[in-house]
Amino acid sequence: MIRFYGVTKIYPNGVKALDNVNLHIRKGEFLFLVGPSGAGKTTLTRLIFREELPTRGQVLFNGKNVARLRSREVPYLRRKIGMVFQDFRLLPQKTVFENVAFALEVTGASSREIKRRVPEVLKLVGLEGKAGVLPAQLSGGEQQRVGIARAIVNNPVLLIADEPTGNLDPETSWELMELFQKINNNGTTILMVTHARDIVDAMKKRVVALESGRIVRDEEGGGYRNEV
Amino acid sequence: MRFRTLVYYFREAFLSIFRNSWLSLAAVGTVTISLLILGCSLLLVVNTDRLADQLESSLEISVFLKDGLKQEEIRELNDKIRFLPGVVQVQFISKEEALEEMRRSFGPRKEILDGLEEDNPLPDTFRIKAWRADQVVEVARKVASMDGVEDVRYGQGVVERLVVVTHWVRVAGIGAMILVGAAAVFLISTTIRLSVFARRREIGIMKYLGATNWFVRFPFLIEGMVLGLLGSLLAAVLVYAGYFSLVEHLARVMPFIPLVSDGQVVFSLLGGLVGLGLIIGALGSAISIHRFLNV
Ligand SMILES: Nc1ncnc2c1ncn2[C@@H]1O[C@H](COP(=O)(O)OP(=O)(O)O)[C@@H](O)[C@H]1O
Ligand SMILES: [Mg+2]
Repeated sequence: MIRFYGVTKIYPNGVKALDNVNLHIRKGEFLFLVGPSGAGKTTLTRLIFREELPTRGQVLFNGKNVARLRSREVPYLRRKIGMVFQDFRLLPQKTVFENVAFALEVTGASSREIKRRVPEVLKLVGLEGKAGVLPAQLSGGEQQRVGIARAIVNNPVLLIADEPTGNLDPETSWELMELFQKINNNGTTILMVTHARDIVDAMKKRVVALESGRIVRDEEGGGYRNEV
Repeated sequence: MRFRTLVYYFREAFLSIFRNSWLSLAAVGTVTISLLILGCSLLLVVNTDRLADQLESSLEISVFLKDGLKQEEIRELNDKIRFLPGVVQVQFISKEEALEEMRRSFGPRKEILDGLEEDNPLPDTFRIKAWRADQVVEVARKVASMDGVEDVRYGQGVVERLVVVTHWVRVAGIGAMILVGAAAVFLISTTIRLSVFARRREIGIMKYLGATNWFVRFPFLIEGMVLGLLGSLLAAVLVYAGYFSLVEHLARVMPFIPLVSDGQVVFSLLGGLVGLGLIIGALGSAISIHRFLNV
């Protein structure tokens, strides 16, 4: 579904964040992207999302060169991709329901669709009772569930999560992993950047390790580090 | 476009307007002032144009005759004038006709002329039309030297002067309006810029959620246009109220100054003001959207 061909990304300040990356993410996969900080993990996700353009090489999404998209096609690419962030990025003045509905609203969805779809995803992420609550009244784990609900409410084909449990305790992290697994079981491809070693080791997914912008390991059912 | 989306645009626009209420107020105020200037100078121009039309043409010469001339003498004078070079038309107006004419022009206040019939102070008059403006002075000079002529008056360039005045009113009005209008555009674009900054977090999230550029921009465009509309409506109401109370007042005090008061002219002028307010608003927000919302 997503292919990187010889992708190099050099930022305008001269930093080489990715160096000749070749990668193929298949439909339905659950993939961990690991590596020390500054290795280029976030940059890799930005290239898929077309927040940045590759300096060299190509990124293909369903066979289409992402860099070649016209600017008015970009929003439609982004609607196929859900994004989950370490800092949740919820709108503090909107309720849980409104935060999730916002994702549908920006696509011009009807009120009926919103009323049908939002409770559905809130149920999926386990927040049925919290629809009318403001984010500040929720725990970190619950806030991230709102973030996940917002990311999947559009039925994206790919869910990118950049250190989604970076701010959360291990127990909460595990609960969220179960949720991600459930979403993956429903057919959504998942690309997760993480430093949570236990989780990567236990879940036995495909692990891609970056170091200084290069892929140093790409292993099916691997662990966080090589020696595991 | 879905109804829900429209509701969303307008809700966001009005939220922003109230969030920056002071700046919004200042923006509305400058739009009002610039359009007030434009509205007033346009009304002045319309009225002086109308006045110029109604004043005697500058080609006309009035010849006032001495009191007590005989019919014969009058006819003789008439013939002499008619064959002067440059004269197109001669019309005799007796003192009775002159009084009647004046009475008509006074309209509802004509009673003040009652009682003048017995001792009519108005002279018999010839009204002469010249062929060309540059012949007026020569014809007037010749007529003035004729026997039986008391006095000769002609336009002496009143109409021309009026046209020059209108021209400058137009230039000055439009110049002032452009200056204040530019200030209004600037203030609106500043307001919109603040709104964009106040909502940059939301805008960032919207981009992640796949909002199109226009979806992001529309509330800001509406915000600017609402500011322009409010300012221009205020200006239109002020111009309307001010002008019609002036019309009413003048009709009582100086009925011989005919102000333009037909709805057609005044309302299309007010409509123009409102349209211009919308354009000022759209322009102001377009500038900020272009500079600060490159999605
Ligand atoms: N917008 C940017 N401009 C310049 N340099 C950047 C930018 N984003 C990231 N970098 C640099 O690129 C490198 C990779 O960053 P990033 O992809 O964020 O790494 P990771 O997510 O693995 O921590 C780092 O050295 C970082 O400083
Ligand atoms: Mg990162």
